[in-house]
Amino acid sequence: MMKGFIDISYVAVAVVFILGLKAMSSPATARKGIVWAGWAMIAATLVTLFWPGMQNFALMIVAMVIGGSLAWWSGKNVAMTDMPQMVAIYNGMGGGAAAAIAAVEFARGEMHGGMVAFLAVLGALIGSVAFSGSCVAYAKLQGIMKKAYRFPAQNQLNIGLAAVVAILGLAIATSEQPGGWAIVLFFVLSLALGVIVTSPIGGADMPVVISLLNAFTGLAVGFEGYVLGNPALVVAGIVVGASGTLLTQLMAKAMNRPITNVLFTPITGEAQGGEAIEGSMREMGALDAAATMRYANKVIIVPGYGMAVAGAQHKVWEMSQLLEEAGVEVVFAIHPVAGRMPGHMNVLLAEAGVPYDKIFDLEEINADFALSDVALVIGANDVVNPTARTDKSSPIYGMPILNADQAQNVIVIKRGKGAGYSGIENALFYKDNCRMLYGSAQEAVGEIIGHVKSMDA
Amino acid sequence: MEGIVYLYVFVLAAFTGYEVISRVPVILHTPLMSGSNFIHGVVLIGAMVVMGHADPDSPLQLTLGFFAVLLGAANAAGGYVVTERMLAMFKAGKKKGAE
Repeated sequence: MMKGFIDISYVAVAVVFILGLKAMSSPATARKGIVWAGWAMIAATLVTLFWPGMQNFALMIVAMVIGGSLAWWSGKNVAMTDMPQMVAIYNGMGGGAAAAIAAVEFARGEMHGGMVAFLAVLGALIGSVAFSGSCVAYAKLQGIMKKAYRFPAQNQLNIGLAAVVAILGLAIATSEQPGGWAIVLFFVLSLALGVIVTSPIGGADMPVVISLLNAFTGLAVGFEGYVLGNPALVVAGIVVGASGTLLTQLMAKAMNRPITNVLFTPITGEAQGGEAIEGSMREMGALDAAATMRYANKVIIVPGYGMAVAGAQHKVWEMSQLLEEAGVEVVFAIHPVAGRMPGHMNVLLAEAGVPYDKIFDLEEINADFALSDVALVIGANDVVNPTARTDKSSPIYGMPILNADQAQNVIVIKRGKGAGYSGIENALFYKDNCRMLYGSAQEAVGEIIGHVKSMDA
Repeated sequence: MEGIVYLYVFVLAAFTGYEVISRVPVILHTPLMSGSNFIHGVVLIGAMVVMGHADPDSPLQLTLGFFAVLLGAANAAGGYVVTERMLAMFKAGKKKGAE
């Protein structure tokens, strides 16, 4: 009787999850979507407490309270710029949970081959890779792990280890009584696989990797759902697996980095020759920058991750309001991968209060650069690098870029002379119409605001 | 449930996931990834069932079950908070969102 009620509740939960996800794919309804899904999750958790034959409640509640409150607290307090790595770490935890479910099932000795054991093993493998891979992704984005580590014969090592794990997994899945050490070794090697596959991948490619690992976790959850005979897990897991795969493709497409390239040929700046760039960078002071923009007709601002880490988005918005009062048209141009993930920069600008009708996608605005007086590039680099259009030997060749170089004047606010996130030199900075304004985005924009104000006073 | 029925569920769920996401604006990519991250936090209920059926006399099963529940709860709670915070910002964008 109780079980029947639980089953019906799970169906309702799965339906609300799908509707919530659907709502989340449109800006007008997105907020409602997550709230619905949140209530569905609470309902699912509550009815599960009444699952027949359950025990160990005390420990279970303790685990829920610890895990839930720590994650809740850290999620509430993290800065918006650090969101991508938080998504990564929570995703890793989901993968770890799926793997741990499989581990308990094996420890109970209830795996005796067949489809159930096969999917338990597959879910454990994918979940473990998602767990350790997400931890590496977190460490990279958080700056704990700065370098991209490449092992000798990286691709062969990946394939070799994957093959060993696959064979071991098959042996466990087909065995009537799998041995304890084989299972332990299987988990250890699966975790190691997640680490060595993600370690060589540079930070710039991480969004795609996180999205892929998110899809992985979905699959792992779906497979363990089959093992447990729990359709809610199956539906939610597979829906996320499929949508996550599509999302990964969309992101990879936006970066013009096929997913196989992301995984097997990481961008490394020093390894690439590329054409030597001639000329020199020219500096500009904040006063000149302020004057150039104050007396322009149209200014396009290209914000990048550098602006976000400096926390300058509020100042930038203040400056653009000031310019608009002076009659200048100011809009924002967002590259699909500006920030650390597609859409990340939109979130950061929204936080600062920039209205949506001032924010344009690459396709919408790229033709406008040639018609604008100033392109102000703040803490962005690779997404405005014209070598992506021209230099076939450049590692970012073919990536769609914002045509900031076509504006009459280009002003680049940048901390120092170093290369960008991917370590590639930027030909834009050496162009005749480009001027560099060195300094942190926060201070530089602050100075510009001061000068613009004094011009109108 | 029969294996073949589950195969149907897998296939139909996969189509659903693909269909639901297929027309999403770029600005929602990150929140949506975060939202789907939250949804696979439902792994928590699987972890609870497994923990609830673990042998109370087996420290190994209890420890693994404990971690399964802890990680699942963290996935769900963290995923929710992060997604909600990102999407809360879209309130300011009603103008364009309502188009």
